[in-house]
Amino acid sequence: MAKIKFDHVTVKYGNHTVVKDFSLEVKEGEILGIVGPSGCGKTSLVRSLGGFLNPDEGDIYISDNLVYSKKKRINRSPETRRLGIVFQDYAIWPHLSVYDNVAYPLKKRKTPKAEIDKLVRQALEQVRMTGYEKHMPAQLSGGQQQRVAIARALTSSNDIIIMDEPITNLDAKLREGMLDEIRVLQQNLHTTIIYITHDQEAALQLCDRVVIMEPNGNICQIGTDEDIIERPANRFVFKFIGVSNFIPVVEEKGKYYVYQAKKELCYAEKKPKGFISGKPSVMGIRPMDIVFDDESPVKGVITQAVFLGTLFNYFVKIGGAELRVQRSMLDSLDGREYKEGETVGLRFLNEKYYDAEEGEVRK
Amino acid sequence: MSMSFTRKNSDLARMDGKKFGLDQIMTVLCFLILTTVVILPVVMIIYNTFWDGTKIDLEMFGRVIFREENLTAMKNTVIIAVISTIFATIIGVFFAWLLGRSDIPMKGLMRWLFSIPFMIPPFLAAMAWDMMFSGRGGYVNRFLMSIFNLKSAPFNINTLAGIIVIEVVYYFPFVYMQVVSALERMDPTLEESARIAGAKQWYVIRTVTLPLTIPAISSGTLLVLITSLSNYGIPRMVGSSKNIFTLPTKIVDLVNRAGGDFQGIREATALSVVLVIVVSIALFVQRKLLKAGRYDIIKGKSMRPTLIKLRAAKYPLLIVSLVFLTLVVLAPLVIIVLVSLLRAYGLPFAWENFTLANYTKILVNNKAVTDSIQNSLFLGFSSGFVCLFLGVMLSYVIYKVKPKGSGILETLAVLPYSLPGTVMAIGCILAWSGAVFGITLYNSIWIIMVAYIARYLSYTLKSCSASLQQVHVSLEDASRACGATHMESLADVTLPLIKPAMISSFFMVFLPAMRELTTSVLLYGPNSRTLGVAIQNLRDNGYMTQAAALSVVAIIIIMVCNGVVKFITRDRKGV
Repeated sequence: MAKIKFDHVTVKYGNHTVVKDFSLEVKEGEILGIVGPSGCGKTSLVRSLGGFLNPDEGDIYISDNLVYSKKKRINRSPETRRLGIVFQDYAIWPHLSVYDNVAYPLKKRKTPKAEIDKLVRQALEQVRMTGYEKHMPAQLSGGQQQRVAIARALTSSNDIIIMDEPITNLDAKLREGMLDEIRVLQQNLHTTIIYITHDQEAALQLCDRVVIMEPNGNICQIGTDEDIIERPANRFVFKFIGVSNFIPVVEEKGKYYVYQAKKELCYAEKKPKGFISGKPSVMGIRPMDIVFDDESPVKGVITQAVFLGTLFNYFVKIGGAELRVQRSMLDSLDGREYKEGETVGLRFLNEKYYDAEEGEVRK
Repeated sequence: MSMSFTRKNSDLARMDGKKFGLDQIMTVLCFLILTTVVILPVVMIIYNTFWDGTKIDLEMFGRVIFREENLTAMKNTVIIAVISTIFATIIGVFFAWLLGRSDIPMKGLMRWLFSIPFMIPPFLAAMAWDMMFSGRGGYVNRFLMSIFNLKSAPFNINTLAGIIVIEVVYYFPFVYMQVVSALERMDPTLEESARIAGAKQWYVIRTVTLPLTIPAISSGTLLVLITSLSNYGIPRMVGSSKNIFTLPTKIVDLVNRAGGDFQGIREATALSVVLVIVVSIALFVQRKLLKAGRYDIIKGKSMRPTLIKLRAAKYPLLIVSLVFLTLVVLAPLVIIVLVSLLRAYGLPFAWENFTLANYTKILVNNKAVTDSIQNSLFLGFSSGFVCLFLGVMLSYVIYKVKPKGSGILETLAVLPYSLPGTVMAIGCILAWSGAVFGITLYNSIWIIMVAYIARYLSYTLKSCSASLQQVHVSLEDASRACGATHMESLADVTLPLIKPAMISSFFMVFLPAMRELTTSVLLYGPNSRTLGVAIQNLRDNGYMTQAAALSVVAIIIIMVCNGVVKFITRDRKGV
């Protein structure tokens, strides 16, 4: 049973289409991440779901109720949709105390006074803000305001919470902690959570399933973190979810070359898995998947070597291009040191192949 | 991608499944009210100027504007405005620099002195100056004559130059206010880096500080220019008796002499059109100037700029400034208080001549005066509340609902701000004397109220919209998502958040309405005199001391209200 369903939703601002034919089902009790670069229409989706924006096409269901339909002219008002929303800027009301902020949804739904007290206490306990009831928002830190926003979403709806970039305004350390807390919260309450962010790492870390959106509002891939990391659907996903190198490659007489001005760096004698024959293509590869191997005919020169604490980061020049190569501490235990200026052989593991973009491969 | 975040929100209410939601009703109301209150008077002026009832009539317009006395009035208006603007700007900028950036002592006292002219209406200031420097019997003139054994009065305020002097000393604080806040908020590193680059102090002032404050200076200058062009009180109080007329006083004079004759009022409308054209030219010039130099030098953060040491010039400058400020700010107040205590105007200020009889005469058994106080209080409160309500609604519609044509709404609402009060009054007379739907408000207090609302609406709109724009859209969305209806989220979230701005904007209407003369002098009827009108009538009828006493009463009311505002807004600064 789907908790939330977007059915062919399209959102336009004037002639500018932000979300195009978007269909998605969110399962009961899962944390679903919607990830995409800024401006890909994530916030428009939240606003459509909340009822603050009317999509130009499509239907939206919440808990099997049709809340919006362009065709059937159905449009339930925001206050009847029973969602908990954590807004990007928290949207904590500055003129109300923490208690009043969290109690507000309950008051609006005519909950008895004693019940309100109990539910507010529970919600604040969940986000570890007990004892701050009388504080005003201005007295709280960013992280604490964030917790209040979540507590308010909890009292607003006990089964669906939408979080729109909830942790981008926090510093790195707090972010890490908040992610764990959201995870624990979900395990305790079995709430369905839609988590919207442009931070792919946070999404992959937190969510059961992740939806990756392209800048033009299309869905590129829906899958678990493993699916997306191991089998990125296209070049955009590959690039979006991590640091990546793209190297133009070419096939000639059964040999495979790194194409840098001259076709002299042959890296494979037989056809690599996934290679697209017959058109200009590029190899996509993560820095960690390039290994130094003196035996390899593909030679490059190290232009920069930096120690990053847990790994070494190298820039290696081959032909006209510069590749980023990373080597973990563990690998470097072999005692072999790579210095700037040194010529090294490179071997490629786990590489993916994509169509080359315009101008990427010089004829 | 910023464009994808501009909200298309024309149909907030349609989402509720209603055809005419709250937002639609408010939008329609805004258009209706602004059309009646603002457009109608303006249209009526143009209509009556060029339409004599049967045909288009350009001949009357030409005849009126080329009449010699009217040409003189136009010339006077422009001369007074331009010269007094220039001097007011120079003095205002000088004091702004002195108080904002130099180490001159006693800044607190001087700042306090600067706040006084804002509380005294121009016609009262002019009345006080007339009492001091009138050619016939001004108190200062007589004092100087007796000391220096002069045959004739050394000064004569009842001249063009006299009007200019009064306007300069009345208006320079307005320039000061604009410039000093810009100077105080200017990023000090801009000047510091010029010093580091090797520039001398004076060179920095000339090439960095001054150019950077140009936007503030020019907006202050324009404010003075426009107010001076449309000022009625000052030329009326010191000029009219000597037949020195400006456009606003001439217009009022024409209406009074017409005595209800329609042709006379049409002549006044012709002059109103001329006045509007003159003011529009000033506005247009300012637009051009401001566009040429807009800098973002003012940071939101408050920073202490480095103060410039005056060294040897410090104390001479302090003495000159204090004497000047005391003379131009305190002296008029003192003279009004003194005259209000005299047994008869013209008697010397001596203990045996002082009495409180003037106060009892006006406040006890003088129905015309007590009515005028009541009327002004009523007008202040009612127009204050109506403007507050409309201002909140308008700013909500313009900045949150954003319907098609919200730009028009905004333009309409701020238009009367630059329309001279005299012109607005004429428009109201034409619109509300039965010409539209047969509604006649003429001679009643309601016509004054309608005129006040039109004139002061922009004050509440500006203040409320500035505050409303601070209320992020997600705050209201959050309450909707929490189960509040549109109306409830307005009441629970939006209104409480802009409450401080609402309170101060109420007083921004209440205070000027209390001391208003320009509009009400044209609109008052037998039972709807305002405070300003009552003071002017007393003075015109020769009851100088009683006029002074009533002025003191008015000033006290205004100062008390001002204190109340300060008290209320002080507590809320943090919110």
